[in-house]
Amino acid sequence: MSSNLTAAGFPTQALTGEMLELDEDDDLEVFSKDVTLTDGSSVSASLPTSPSSMTNQYRFEEESDARDIFVTVDNPESHVTALETFITYRVVTKTTRSDFDSCEYEVRRRYQDFLWLRDRLEETHPTLIVHPLPEKFVMKGMVERFNNDFIETRRKALHKFLCRIAEHSILSCNADFKIFLTAQAWELTSHKKQGPGLLSRMGDTVRAVAASVRGVKNRPEEFVAMQEYVDTFSQRMGSLDKVTQRIFKEMKEYLDDLKQYGPTYVLWSGSEEELVEPLKGVAGCIDKCCQATEEQLSQMSDNLVPLLHEYVLCSDTIKAVLRRRDNIQTEYEAKYDILVNKQADREALTETEDLSIMLGRLLGKVPEEARQQQEQRLHGQIEELKGEVEKLEDKVECANSALKGDWERWQSKMRGDVKAGFVSTAQKNIDYHEKCLAVWESFLTSVNADQSVEKSAGLNS
Amino acid sequence: MADSGGPEAAQLSSNDPKGELGDVIPEEARSLLRKMEISVAEAEKRTGKNAVNMLETYTVYLIETRRVDSSAENQNFSPDSLWRRYSEFELLRNYLLVTYPFVIVPPLPEKRAEFVWHKLSADNMDPDFVERRRIGLENFLLRVASHPILSNDKIFYDFLTEENGWKEEVMETGFQPKADSRLKALNATFRVKNPDKRFTELKHYSDELQSVTSQLLRVRARVADRLYGVYKVHGNYGRVFSEWSAIEREMGDGLQSAGHHMDAYAASIDDILEEEENYADQLKEYLFYAEALKAVCRKHELLQYELETAAQDLMSKKQQREELASGTVRTFSLKGMTSKLFGQETPEQREAKMRVLEEQIQEGEELLQEKKTECDEYVRNAWSDMERFTVQKDRDLREAMISYAVMQISMCKKGIQVWTNAKECFSKM
Repeated sequence: MSSNLTAAGFPTQALTGEMLELDEDDDLEVFSKDVTLTDGSSVSASLPTSPSSMTNQYRFEEESDARDIFVTVDNPESHVTALETFITYRVVTKTTRSDFDSCEYEVRRRYQDFLWLRDRLEETHPTLIVHPLPEKFVMKGMVERFNNDFIETRRKALHKFLCRIAEHSILSCNADFKIFLTAQAWELTSHKKQGPGLLSRMGDTVRAVAASVRGVKNRPEEFVAMQEYVDTFSQRMGSLDKVTQRIFKEMKEYLDDLKQYGPTYVLWSGSEEELVEPLKGVAGCIDKCCQATEEQLSQMSDNLVPLLHEYVLCSDTIKAVLRRRDNIQTEYEAKYDILVNKQADREALTETEDLSIMLGRLLGKVPEEARQQQEQRLHGQIEELKGEVEKLEDKVECANSALKGDWERWQSKMRGDVKAGFVSTAQKNIDYHEKCLAVWESFLTSVNADQSVEKSAGLNS
Repeated sequence: MADSGGPEAAQLSSNDPKGELGDVIPEEARSLLRKMEISVAEAEKRTGKNAVNMLETYTVYLIETRRVDSSAENQNFSPDSLWRRYSEFELLRNYLLVTYPFVIVPPLPEKRAEFVWHKLSADNMDPDFVERRRIGLENFLLRVASHPILSNDKIFYDFLTEENGWKEEVMETGFQPKADSRLKALNATFRVKNPDKRFTELKHYSDELQSVTSQLLRVRARVADRLYGVYKVHGNYGRVFSEWSAIEREMGDGLQSAGHHMDAYAASIDDILEEEENYADQLKEYLFYAEALKAVCRKHELLQYELETAAQDLMSKKQQREELASGTVRTFSLKGMTSKLFGQETPEQREAKMRVLEEQIQEGEELLQEKKTECDEYVRNAWSDMERFTVQKDRDLREAMISYAVMQISMCKKGIQVWTNAKECFSKM
């Protein structure tokens, strides 16, 4: 991966679209490089990796941004009404885009609103990869909806979701997105009601099911490869998710037992005279290691666990996108088949007698007239069908190229996220072991210091 | 698992012929270890017929001894060696316990593996267990050989040097019946009227030591078990990364090599915990030492009780004499009753009785004196050994904790190494 920098240190347009995104993380999304094909590479070796530090949110990068819209999600608040209790989040938008009336907006949104936005985006752009939202409920471990850690994890995920949309050259221009960012609560509610009606949505679903039953005939090679990739990727992510949860569980049990270890040394020190200092020292070290372990556990559940979870959801999203693309192609293929059949009918008409001509004869119509009527009817149908087929063919083309483009973009983002996530995890593990190392080393120093004090005291006495 | 300064002390003392370092090295240096090097070099499995003519498999240990001559330049004496099995070590120890009751006799390594965490085998034939036992037996011999009193014992010396006939020799000392009768007396319940305060405190200490070390060993085993789980699950990262790398172009290499580091991390726990087992063994030694300490207290209790009983008996005899002389019966006795029923005694009878009593009182005085001397001597010796033991214990346990800290540090450093390597792999993705 190379970075092409001009003399002034600003990145030029890279042609390959490959990114070198070091130390990218959630809050840095706001200011990090756009990940569409047209943006350049960036090298930022000096950036700290902490994902949740608020100060990082407003860190400014020296490279010129092609970005002109920045979104943050923060400040969760709970609201109690007669009917329900729910949490809203503050969504702040800063933009220089001309189609926005103002350059700064601040609104409050709840989870439902995010869900609505995502649905709309997927409907409008069926073959773009829209970042997933955090799950509605967390059944594992029975986390409460109003637990602080849960809220914070959710907030981070919602923030990442909006940032991904804002960075997307197509999605960020979506009308619903704009309304989501700018409308007052009542405006949003009324806009939501205007969406495609229930019946039309049902119609879409029925068509989609019918299409998937029929099956796509000639899936292009690259989408076959994509499907294979996603299937494997999804399995790997699922496994990593499980492994990480297991490590968490084992570490928690380790901590529980470790907490009993230190006090036993303290108990022992109660019976001893000369050994009181080292015994208490060991107990102190163990207790400090317990603290370090607690910190490690909490950062695991704050960082790696949500990341893996997110990409499990991403795989599901991509699978759905591939399905929708297939459906579009199937729809086209089906229509195309009808057209072909109709054309075959017309062919047949010029050669053999048609039943309707015979009927026409019986009814007294001139055979030639009847046949001409039939021919004209078919011709009209065929022309109509051709138009429709052309439209559907365009649709397939658009869908395919949209997905192809977005696929590259998604992969690159994924690599960035994965790399950052794992680098951060490794660093946290290093920190954890270093904390424990320092604890035991200082114990050694103090114990040896005691010993030399004693020795010199002994020699002097 | 160092001995209490044995070979180290021997080396130091050979550099210090005038004994100027005498303060630092206690009497141990003047003991057997000054003259010979002792080690339990090997362990071997044997099969043979046992007492009930059944085939059994057992382990024998090779004891190597070599004369050390501090004056000679080239110490190239070839070692002598003989094989002993665990039961012979037990016999030796039982002999020492009976012969030197006031000594806190060093314990043997455990007969069966206890406080095991799940991965560690509880099988006596397991090579790791045998190896740790070999070290424990060597430690036992070194401790005995560096003890100021025990190291001079002939039976001990012959244990190290006489392959044949040692068992018979031990039996001939007649320690076994003495041991059996002593055991019986010790197991009986008796109450001491005026317990020695120092020994009572010592007994409490030994109880506390026993309870706290066994608790510590239990908790340590559990913690080891959990830590094992944490490390091993990381091995799964290795597997999944490797599988994942197959579908990734850019990240493939990074994932694959990071995966290898995860495997290394998972594997590293085996060595770490094996080393920690040495620490557990050091704790176990003092768990068993607590038992030995308790035994010394118990034996003193018995002596005290016997002393009190002797004094009591003497007093009652004296009282009887007084009553006989004055003619009054203050205490109830069968003689008193019979004389009441069947008439008074004749003066001759009374005189005969008086003579018997006088004899008995004489014997009683002597016995009391004996017991008193025995008790005083015991207290003196026991207390001296107790002081020696305390110095040894404080030094050993302090060192053990230091080595535990060193182990923890090493473990942390390994962890830092592995994750630093993994981080590098991830960074290059």
